Formats: sequence, C-alpha cells, structure tokens
Amino acid sequence: MKYTKQEYQEYLEKKSPNSSLIKDVLAAFLVGGAICVVGQAIFCIYKNFGGLSDDTAKTAVSITMIFLGAFLTGTDVYGRLAKFGGGGTLVPITGFANAIVSPAMEFKREGYVMGLAAKMFSIAGPVLVYGICASAAIGVIYYICGFFTGGAL
Amino acid sequence: MTFVNAFWVGGLICAIAQILIDKTKLTPGRILVTFVVAGAVLGGLGVYDKIVDFAGAGATVPIVGFGNVLVKGTIKAVREIGAIGILTGGVEAAAGGISAAVVFGFLMAVIFNPKSK
Repeated sequence: MKYTKQEYQEYLEKKSPNSSLIKDVLAAFLVGGAICVVGQAIFCIYKNFGGLSDDTAKTAVSITMIFLGAFLTGTDVYGRLAKFGGGGTLVPITGFANAIVSPAMEFKREGYVMGLAAKMFSIAGPVLVYGICASAAIGVIYYICGFFTGGAL
Repeated sequence: MTFVNAFWVGGLICAIAQILIDKTKLTPGRILVTFVVAGAVLGGLGVYDKIVDFAGAGATVPIVGFGNVLVKGTIKAVREIGAIGILTGGVEAAAGGISAAVVFGFLMAVIFNPKSK
C-alpha cells in the first residue's frame, strides 16, 4: 500500500498514540509487578527467617522498600528505571521514597532547612495530607455509625 | 502462588496509573494522592484486605496499601479507645513507613547529589 505524505502523517497520528500507550502500560505492568515481587520476597524472608508476625513483617517490608527506593534514587538507578517503567516506578512505595529524595537533592543548594527539608515534601506532603484526612474522615463516619449499631460494625 | 498474584495484581495497579498518566495528563503527585485516597476508601469498605490476602505485597507495596494501613489503624483505634482514635490510629499504624520515608529520605538527600544531565 502506498501513502501520500499527508495520508502517512494522518496514519501516524492515528496509530502512534495507541501503540505508545500499549508499550507504556506494558512497561508499567512489568516493572511495577517486579517491584512487588521483590517486596513479596523480602516479606517471605522476614517472616520465615526473621520470625516476624504478619503485621510486623509488612511494616518491615515497607521500611525496607522505602530504604531501597531512597538509596536507588540517590545513586540515580531509580531515575533510569523510571524512564522505562513510568507508572510502574511511581505507584510502589519505592516511588514515594523517590518523590521525597529527588526534589530534596535538587534543592539542597538552597539550604538544608528551606531547601532540602522543605522540598522533601513537595509530593509526599500532599500524599500525607490527603491520606491522613481521608482516614480521619472515615474514622468519623465509623465512629458515628458506632452509635447506631452499638459499636458493632 | 502468592508471588504470581503479587506480580500481576501489583503490575495491574501500576498499569492503571500508567493509563491515567497517558490519557488524563494527571501529574505524578495527583496520581499518588488519588491512589492513597482510593486505598483509604477501599480499606474503609473492608475490600482492600481481601486483595491483600490474595496478592500480598502486590497490594501492600503500591501506595494504595498505605491508604489502607492508615484507615485500618484509624478504625481499630476508634473501636478500642473511641473518638480520640480518629486522630491517633492512622498515623500510629503507618508510623514505620512515615518515619522511614523522612529519615532515609533525609539521609540519602544529604549523602547524594543529583546527577548532572
């Protein structure tokens, strides 16, 4: 099949957003899934060899993943992975650590208080604000419902 | 089996984020906020724990799991100590993650410098 230049342009515009979407989503799926498998492996180690309870092991996994995310951001490994993984590197808790360390490093030159420390929370801050407010709001609803059901819910 | 479930459930949550990034032009910050609130709501409805049971780290490692931990802690504290739990339970349950993020985030930002592009 032969295209004129214009037809080919239209063809490209129709085709490329979709194929890049599929590629992006697939990369996010693979990278995000792989990061979660790492988390699961760490969980199994803590639980089976560390003798931690389920809940403690979950917390320890979060802490470890945050450490890894922060360390790999500092060493520029996570940034390179993020170029490929997109949402797959953003959504895991390692991405939360990345969102803390990378602006903090960037703004270190503006000082350790209003630069580094303040910018740590440029993305993490909103996450904490809305996360904590949402949980408090649900707590209020739960508390009020308790009056009607006699505390059983 | 948990490893397989962790992979595809965790991957799926990330794929949803990627579709939002590509299709809606939401900034990363907004996506993280949306996901953490979604986790809190699903946690409040008691749905998210079922996903955690099924997928393990596939559900706890994504930021959605953070919202779930906050809300579960809040509900547990409200049940045990009443109204004060609304404000104490969430952060108490998520304390490990929050402190780790602050401490490790600070240390790494002090030690390392951004790579010149």
